[in-house]
Amino acid sequence: MKDEQTVANGASALEPGTPAPDFKLRSTPDQFVSLSDFRGQPVILAFYPADWSPVCGDQLALYNELLSEFERFNAALIGISVDGAWCHVAYAKERKLHFPLLADFEPKGDTARSYGAYRREDGVCQRALFVVDPEGTIRWSYVSPIGINPGADGILAALEALPSSKQEGTYAHTAS
Amino acid sequence: MLTPPVSSTRDHVLGPPSAPIVMVEYGDFECPFCAEAEPVLKTLRRSLQNILLFAFRHFPLAEAHPHALHAAEAAEAAGAQGKFWQMHDYLFAHQVALEDSDLVEGAAAIGCDVDRFIREMAEARYAARVREDFRSGIRSGVNGTPSLFINGLRYDGPRDLESLLAAIEQVAA
Repeated sequence: MKDEQTVANGASALEPGTPAPDFKLRSTPDQFVSLSDFRGQPVILAFYPADWSPVCGDQLALYNELLSEFERFNAALIGISVDGAWCHVAYAKERKLHFPLLADFEPKGDTARSYGAYRREDGVCQRALFVVDPEGTIRWSYVSPIGINPGADGILAALEALPSSKQEGTYAHTAS
Repeated sequence: MLTPPVSSTRDHVLGPPSAPIVMVEYGDFECPFCAEAEPVLKTLRRSLQNILLFAFRHFPLAEAHPHALHAAEAAEAAGAQGKFWQMHDYLFAHQVALEDSDLVEGAAAIGCDVDRFIREMAEARYAARVREDFRSGIRSGVNGTPSLFINGLRYDGPRDLESLLAAIEQVAA
């Protein structure tokens, strides 16, 4: 994993053990979401290049199917790109996404930069994943080659490895 | 990495159990790309019938495809009557009509005991099995449908016959 990460992003993404930089970004034109809102539960941050592009669509659609798996760890999923809030609203509606998409829009890419997950040459976020523990420390990070959907196995392995993680019951109570 | 490995007793497989090449498809009966891949995979199975073990596991994208879950369960219900692959073929061939009534029609068309099929579908007898496949897919790194694994490793290349044959040849070499 480490090696792939280094190759993909020049070793700039924040490493496990680093405090996750806080942020406050628009999720809709009139709502903001902060990382600190989620203190006390694990958070999955999925930086992605752009709404509407095919690979991102597949990646976010996949995560949308896995929300109940993430919920077993009481984990919240947040998508972040440089697209504006109106774009996110339209995209989430069209794809029926049930998790927040945040607009890293002004100053553009500021949050992504603070995580070492910005592609300056393209002006978009890397396809970067972070698992943040309930205390706000990064426990896992991974940067995928921009055109490759990283799947979710790494996220789930990271959630399972969290010391505080308790898998709640079986799957039976979650409808899908 | 494919987790768990293919088991001829648990998985739905075609081909010789000791084949040197093992291909797994994680698929969704309502996914257009899976339906598109199916004729290619069929040709592949036929031309490599002596050296390829092919397994199908369910990966229904239920948010995107409202009929996918029941279709997967229907394949299992038919499988319980020894007709998994007939149902698999039927579902891909009738992808545009996957309402519950269509599934029953399919079960009848391939010669299932329809009363048993309806009863088991109503009690969602195979939902857990489908979920098990889905979860194994997540753990294996499935990133969309169809996801193909060749001897345990996810294949990310194009899904035309030539590319697949070339990938298999590389693995076999």
